[in-house]
Amino acid sequence: MSIFIDKSTRLLVQGITGRDGSFHTKQMIEYGTQVVGGVTPGKGGQKFEDKVPIFNTVAEAVKKTGANTTVIYVPPPFAADAMMEAADAGIPFIVCITEGVPVLDMTRVYPYVKERGSRLLGPNCPGLISPGQSKVGIIPGRICTPGNVGLVSRSGTLTYEVVFQMTRAKIGQTTCVGIGGDPINGTNFIDCLDAFEKDAATKAVVMIGEIGGTDEQEAARFVREKMKKPVVGFIAGQTAPPGRRMGHAGAIISGSAGTAAEKMQAFEENGVGVAKRPIDVVDLLKRAMR
Amino acid sequence: MNIHEYQAKDIFRKYGIPIPPGEVATTPDEAQAIARKFGTTVVIKAQVHAGGRGKAGGVKLAKTPEEARNVAAQILKLVIKGLPVQKVLVTPAADIASEAYVGIIVDRASKRSVFMASPAGGIDIEEVAAKTPDKILRHAVDPRYGLQMFEAMQLAFFLYSDIKQVRAAAKILQQLYKAFSENGGSLAEINPLVTTPAGEIAALDAKMVIDDNELDRRPDIAALRDESAEEESEVEARKANLTFIKLDGNVGCVVNGAGLAMATMDLVKYYGGEPANFLDIGGSSNPEKVVAALRIITSDKNVKAILFNIFGGITRTDDVANGIVTAIKQNPLKVPLVIRLTGTNEEIALEILKKSGLSAMTDMDEAVKKAVALATGGKAK
Repeated sequence: MSIFIDKSTRLLVQGITGRDGSFHTKQMIEYGTQVVGGVTPGKGGQKFEDKVPIFNTVAEAVKKTGANTTVIYVPPPFAADAMMEAADAGIPFIVCITEGVPVLDMTRVYPYVKERGSRLLGPNCPGLISPGQSKVGIIPGRICTPGNVGLVSRSGTLTYEVVFQMTRAKIGQTTCVGIGGDPINGTNFIDCLDAFEKDAATKAVVMIGEIGGTDEQEAARFVREKMKKPVVGFIAGQTAPPGRRMGHAGAIISGSAGTAAEKMQAFEENGVGVAKRPIDVVDLLKRAMR
Repeated sequence: MNIHEYQAKDIFRKYGIPIPPGEVATTPDEAQAIARKFGTTVVIKAQVHAGGRGKAGGVKLAKTPEEARNVAAQILKLVIKGLPVQKVLVTPAADIASEAYVGIIVDRASKRSVFMASPAGGIDIEEVAAKTPDKILRHAVDPRYGLQMFEAMQLAFFLYSDIKQVRAAAKILQQLYKAFSENGGSLAEINPLVTTPAGEIAALDAKMVIDDNELDRRPDIAALRDESAEEESEVEARKANLTFIKLDGNVGCVVNGAGLAMATMDLVKYYGGEPANFLDIGGSSNPEKVVAALRIITSDKNVKAILFNIFGGITRTDDVANGIVTAIKQNPLKVPLVIRLTGTNEEIALEILKKSGLSAMTDMDEAVKKAVALATGGKAK
């Protein structure tokens, strides 16, 4: 078992003929993901790598392929439109890899997608992988291994680091999800924790956060109130200078500066094991699952 | 991207927000000429991307053109939070009856643009939030409809009781929302929004931050960037498409990905060292980026050791290795280098490094410990 994607995932790739889109489509197919179609306006009727049919619109692609998930690699100025097009075509799960989507665009995309009942992951995220089953996005397949630990993270390469250390220590994963680091994203920590709690195969969860905002603090409370499975966490940015990323006004709204110390304290108070270093995640997991 | 007060005022004026006139001077003589033209007491304000200008002596009154000249000369010599003042805004002094705060930012929690209004203006809004939180009214705007008149009125009634002033402030709030959303803002602020003894409302200060992701599609806004007002190394980094923030330590860090970069800095500290910088070379790696990264880091005289921590995904580690080799050929390093690299094309990368007499480690903790030991001339904790 796994969350969000598995063997039955039928994937569409928006921006399949672009530089990043084509490279990662090949990687996903190689990993075993069922890529059923691609979308590039103007290239409808062609085939990607002589195999995958390309369509002009998402609506047409969904009708012809029965895709239930889409991954978006289009450039930032077109990403908002791509996410909305996917939601309007009724795709239940939309993964947006694109980095650099203007945040004001996201204030419009988020309610649009939500009202149509789709789940959005990202933007500016590495996607997700259910090892041995399906990979959607850019997480390198070979650092993962099937197992019973779920992982959710705001970061890209730091996720790879932690997964790599887990795999080296023979701790496999049900699903690794990168939710992305943008101020407005579709899926948050709590959505993933909730899904992992309900997934029978997942026995423990790793949560990797970073400075800024209050998502990790709220997630920690969720762990105490709603979860039975053990959760361990790491926060990046313990030495980051304050006020350099989101500025201070965000802190005024939330009533919190979003420092690493504050988040680690919230972890501790709510029974989430706190890793001081990425490698400590491994020992904490071993202890939690004993 | 930060823009200056005078630039934010120009944008706000275009949307009809009442703002007293003002002109920018880069020399004391210019400031004197502007003050003479206004023919009244003027305020001279440092144009610098730092908060707390007033406390740092960057905002002063001048009664005569001669005084304006002297005051401008003083302010143009100031360095505020590490940034030298190179421009001043000269504007007629206004009589103030009351000061309020209005601002708008994008809020992560509500996933919307959120207005803040407070009758306690003129001072640091963070201070108001900390000490008297009931003096701030917040309101999230539905992006599909924008700020409706009744919403603007609700906010304005929190600031004023006189209906004429309420209506005037509501109009300003709607204008501010338009200025913010049509120019790709991530923050727009008026502090203070004042009433004059005659009851008129005006914006005496203006602040705007633009979402960097908006700049490609807004060349006119991107052109407002004032590189002379930014840290030199950060300008160079941006041109090379790197994210760089200078810090005070001595272990220079080159990492791919923001999260891993922060985790690397944390580990440097964990093992008893101090990071010299945050540097994210980003996802796609061309060797040129690595060359630029090394040039920026080695220009910091505090750096005693350099640590590469690369986890190849999209980033190809052989590109990074090529960049390191090229950079060192151009400019031999004077400080020790520790390379940790794993992931995409690792074998090729190791071969490239080996040919140039370099080596790499695969374990992050071991690499950080080694870099800290080299930088401190001793052992890592």
